[in-house]
Amino acid sequence: MYKIESKNVDFFYGPSQALKNINIAIKSNTVTALIGPSGCGKSTYLRLFNRMNDLIDNTRISGSVLIDDEDIYAKGINVDSLRKKVGMVFQKPNPFPKTIFENVAYGLRVNGISDKKFIEERVETSIKQVALWDEVKDKLKKSAFELSGGQQQRLCIARALAIQPSVILMDEPTSALDPISTAKIEALIYELKTKYTIVIVTHNMQQAGRVSDTTAFFYMGELIEHDNTKTIFTNPKIERTQNYITGRFG
Amino acid sequence: MSHLDSELQQLKAETIKMWTLVNNQLRKGKEALINLDKDLAREVILSERRVNAYELKLDRDCENIFALFNPVAVDLRCVLAVLKINNNLERTGDIVEGIAKFVTNVDQNFDKQVLEITRAVEMYEAAINMMDDVLDAFDKENTAIARKVFLQDELLDDINLKANAAIAAYIRSNPENIESALYLLSIIRKLERVGDQAKNMAEEIIFYIEAKVLKHRSKVEKQKNN
Repeated sequence: MYKIESKNVDFFYGPSQALKNINIAIKSNTVTALIGPSGCGKSTYLRLFNRMNDLIDNTRISGSVLIDDEDIYAKGINVDSLRKKVGMVFQKPNPFPKTIFENVAYGLRVNGISDKKFIEERVETSIKQVALWDEVKDKLKKSAFELSGGQQQRLCIARALAIQPSVILMDEPTSALDPISTAKIEALIYELKTKYTIVIVTHNMQQAGRVSDTTAFFYMGELIEHDNTKTIFTNPKIERTQNYITGRFG
Repeated sequence: MSHLDSELQQLKAETIKMWTLVNNQLRKGKEALINLDKDLAREVILSERRVNAYELKLDRDCENIFALFNPVAVDLRCVLAVLKINNNLERTGDIVEGIAKFVTNVDQNFDKQVLEITRAVEMYEAAINMMDDVLDAFDKENTAIARKVFLQDELLDDINLKANAAIAAYIRSNPENIESALYLLSIIRKLERVGDQAKNMAEEIIFYIEAKVLKHRSKVEKQKNN
């Protein structure tokens, strides 16, 4: 029924508790926005879904995180396979120091795919999915660094899509971009949700309103409210949520 | 198409559905009045609930668009216009319901001659044409069509002005039908208000497309703004 679920999740950086008893259920093919003031735990929560927090020393999690009903923190889970299924896009576009083509092909190659035709088709499909094909089709052998910031970010999304994840995590994907590039990425998110489940951290509340189906408001490690975005932005149930979205604090 | 464009398109489509319903109500109300068809009148009264349901939905849709998308410029004007048009349509629905209620209550011996001498049917048809034109203007985003209604409204005003004298003369000659005659006077006033609603909606369409505010201007000025 739910694509992603977190049940009674606590998370610690050493002795400091960053997440407190988080319970969220996310449906397939939806966009969920995580909002809240700086340091409230949004990005920490996001990184649970692809176990990126494992790369940080001295962290601890309790509770369960399920993707497709499977606890991703259970013993025996293959983290590499998890990260194929759960792609991620970061705040600052981070293309590899490779050609545009190779950026998107890389994920396929490291997963053992060597069929040239297959790779070419998948690269083209992925770049088309992010509405970048017409802009780069004649310069696929050029360095990805020659692209603008917005184009680089779309390339990074294409790179994530190439290995066919079912979940895409986005950590403030447009905060480093200009308004036009931001609008293109937001339009892309709106289209991608027909095929993927997307979770996005954003500091821009208006962006959360524009792109998401549900919104989760975090404050000091706690989940204050999670509901349909329309409800959160027209009639939130919790006063603290209303104070945050109206700009009265945070 | 962006998410906002998609939402605005849906909003317009829903508005057109509500508008079509209200215009159909008007037509049925006219037929019910001319034929004293109480069954048709009852149908109009029942259907008024759908008009009210549409009003609530459109209000909510506009609220959601404001909250989620912070529209600006033409998009903002579109949502503001729909919000007001929604209100105008709901009031028009109420007016038609009032006419239908008259039909359900009227005596079957109602003298249809009073419809002719007051030109009530002609007035009703003019009101329907105005509403059709304004709907067309909204659908096609055509302010030239919207501006037509300011002139059309003159016919309604003319009939309304002369209605008092016509009905007074009728009552003097037919005192036994005073009640029906007074009801008809009320219907004429209602139809004049339908014309006002159509004008208001035309003003909102012009505001949406041209960003011009025509409220509280004279008819001459409104027609000049072409």
